[in-house]
Amino acid sequence: MKLINKLWMLVLLMVPAMAFASTGVHLDAAPGNLNDKASLQRGAQFFVANCLACHSAAYMRYNRLMDIGMSEDEIRKLLPEGSKPGSTMKAMMDSESAKAAFGAAPPDLSVEVRARGADWVYTYLRSFYVDTNRPSGVNNVVFPLVAMPNILGPLQGDQALEVVKHEGGHEVETLKLTTPGTMSTKEFDATVGDLVNFLDYMSEPAKLVRYKLGYIVLGFLFILLILTYLLKKEFWKDIH
Amino acid sequence: MKLLNDFIGWVDERFPLIETWKYHLSEYYAPKNFNFWYFFGSLSLLVFVIQVLSGIFLTMSYKPDALFAFASVEYIMRDVQSGWLMRYIHSTGASLFFVVVYLHMFRGMMYGSYRKPRELLWIIGVVIYLALMAEAFMGYLLPWGQMSFWGAQVIVNLFSSVPFVGNELSVLIRGDYVISDATLNRFFALHVAAIPLVLAGIVFVHLIALHAVGSNNPDGIEIKKNKGSNGIPLDGIPFHPYYTVKDMVAVVIFLMVFCAIVFFAPDMGGYFLEANNFMPANPMQTPAHIAPVWYFTPYYAILRAVPPMFGSQFPGVIAMGIGAIAIVFLPWLDRGKVKSIRYRGPIYKAFLASFVISFIGLGYLGMMPVTPTYTLISQVLSVVYFAFFILMPWYTKIDKCKPEPDRVTFK
Amino acid sequence: MTDKVDRSKRRLLLAATSAAGGVAAVGVATPFVMSFMPSERAKAAGAPVEVDIGAIEPGTMKVVEWQGKPVWIVRRNQEMLDLLPKHDEELTDPTGSVPQQPDYCNNPNRSIKPEIFVVIGICTHLGCSPSYRPEVAPADLGTAWAGGWFCPCHGSRFDMAARVYKGSPAPTNLIIPPHQYLSDNLLLIGDDKKKGAA
Repeated sequence: MKLINKLWMLVLLMVPAMAFASTGVHLDAAPGNLNDKASLQRGAQFFVANCLACHSAAYMRYNRLMDIGMSEDEIRKLLPEGSKPGSTMKAMMDSESAKAAFGAAPPDLSVEVRARGADWVYTYLRSFYVDTNRPSGVNNVVFPLVAMPNILGPLQGDQALEVVKHEGGHEVETLKLTTPGTMSTKEFDATVGDLVNFLDYMSEPAKLVRYKLGYIVLGFLFILLILTYLLKKEFWKDIH
Repeated sequence: MKLLNDFIGWVDERFPLIETWKYHLSEYYAPKNFNFWYFFGSLSLLVFVIQVLSGIFLTMSYKPDALFAFASVEYIMRDVQSGWLMRYIHSTGASLFFVVVYLHMFRGMMYGSYRKPRELLWIIGVVIYLALMAEAFMGYLLPWGQMSFWGAQVIVNLFSSVPFVGNELSVLIRGDYVISDATLNRFFALHVAAIPLVLAGIVFVHLIALHAVGSNNPDGIEIKKNKGSNGIPLDGIPFHPYYTVKDMVAVVIFLMVFCAIVFFAPDMGGYFLEANNFMPANPMQTPAHIAPVWYFTPYYAILRAVPPMFGSQFPGVIAMGIGAIAIVFLPWLDRGKVKSIRYRGPIYKAFLASFVISFIGLGYLGMMPVTPTYTLISQVLSVVYFAFFILMPWYTKIDKCKPEPDRVTFK
Repeated sequence: MTDKVDRSKRRLLLAATSAAGGVAAVGVATPFVMSFMPSERAKAAGAPVEVDIGAIEPGTMKVVEWQGKPVWIVRRNQEMLDLLPKHDEELTDPTGSVPQQPDYCNNPNRSIKPEIFVVIGICTHLGCSPSYRPEVAPADLGTAWAGGWFCPCHGSRFDMAARVYKGSPAPTNLIIPPHQYLSDNLLLIGDDKKKGAA
């Protein structure tokens, strides 16, 4: 049994080490909460108004927005010409012409948060800075040389990259707001937070159902556990 | 009730129904001292059934086509009623299959279940394990995400290191010069039809072989040596009802773990479902860090630990292959006087512990990016891993064993 | 083994565990069976369809697809409407006693507006789609033909309100789908509940 204990110790020791080190850029924690329907709805409105111009969410149906508490009339107001509530979210711009315009096809955003993580998307969208060497005029700390222009720039304002030298020689890159946008930093962060919250929901619409069902299933299995345990104990009285 | 009995009688005259029931369940005498480790055989069978069932339902909505595969998985996750549940059951089942099978195999090693007369039972078990690895590997390609694509690319390319015929061999496996629609389609056929049929067959044979020789137990002694006047082993109890009710408790506990993962952490922090696999396969761009799923990583680490020799990666591939099948030789490597770890001496215990540490350590390193330090540790652990097998005839012979009891220890 | 076994307790536990196991089996079967129901994609494809009926000329028919089935929309002319009540005794179910139509269409014309007739174009016999034969007394259908639909598969005959003639293999009248007018010329097929949906 000692051996088994040692094994478990080893397994437990490994768990913290298993967290993968990512790109090395510090990521801000996304403030999302999937139970905050108001935030999800704001995020959905913002997504349809801004992101769908170039990006698709080809696996997401408009009528699925009922999950986050939107009524059919509200959903109909979001629909582009020729779409039905059951239609999937297609980009206004087709992928080929977007590729010609930006140099890369805009990725589908249906499962983007599952692929990259909410923190990554949240930080990425707030990390554009002015870089006149680039065709788009901007660069990004999280995703260097990204093809996407900073379409949220007018809201956020312009940022500049500053390198601060600390004692001991190591350098830290920070972003500084140079020209304010139409939103304050706080408002902008909240807006992007709502958007990422919605993207997070969209990457797995079943998540909220999953949790709810999970408690019921585990509760039932617990009852079954008691019954089977009593049954086992009763039968094993025979064995000496 | 009479009708039911009549019906059973009618069937029994035409099929050995009652005889089979008795032989495999109600009069199959298993040692009464099974412990926790003896649950994992039944649990493996349970996971097999879960995988077959959930797999059949996934097949109804999945499309094995490079253009539609990724989208059809998202279709299952969103549009198919409770499709997400089927998929999480299947993905969780894949990983937990290996968890229970690894524990089942380790049980066999600890208690010497591979020793005479159970050598064939052990070999069949190893064949199941190899088939399971093939099944898991091919299934992993089907979601057609980045990890699916590049994982398959790397593993299939291993075959191209085979001398003389390597390139042709890997082209043959892929049916193309890269992983492509042809590969996806054939892996689908193998994953849903060919290998499951083989698995079902050899699992059946595994059970038949087990019931012919009888179960081993934590004391590693044969209960058939002590029979009562009625011919029944004194330390044996009928599998049904005693072990059926006991296994039921284990099944429920296992299902609680299973469901906790399915409903609350189906990604399991990226170990069961990898984040990069939610990006569609892109043959033009490899993700920054790729590693096989956790159950393959010990062998992957061995592969990477062996440096290229004579300008070829082949020795590493050979080492990996031998690493995966080494356990099949255990019945002939072990010269110990006793079977169970309970009566073994300290040398064997030290070697087994080092084996476990090397296996888990290699599994961990196989997920990590390559660095000189990690490679060095992998090399040391690979040596430890193989030493367990190569030195076994020697250390099991010189080890001081304790005397085995005549009867099993119970409570 | 001892004989001091509490049989009744054992039976009770067995019954309780079996019952709980049965509940578990039903619980597991539910999502599996549910997965056989139409998916969201199928539902989206089968969603109610809006049809502009302004361009349909009197006496002609327009076919639209709803849930993968043909739906006929006919603008009947006055002659057709006049002929409708004249052959009731030849019909299997002239009054619509079998509920093959929503209540609001259970009238002599089987329609909301007398002239606009909406019906699912699938024969109630074995599922073929009958042909539109509006002409009266053509050579091949005989002098008694008052206009309607003729099923090429097994010869079922329907009048201009899709009511089946006696002696046809089809047992009942054709089915009228739920529908409503969103405006004078805009018809919504497949949904009669949502008022004013645009």
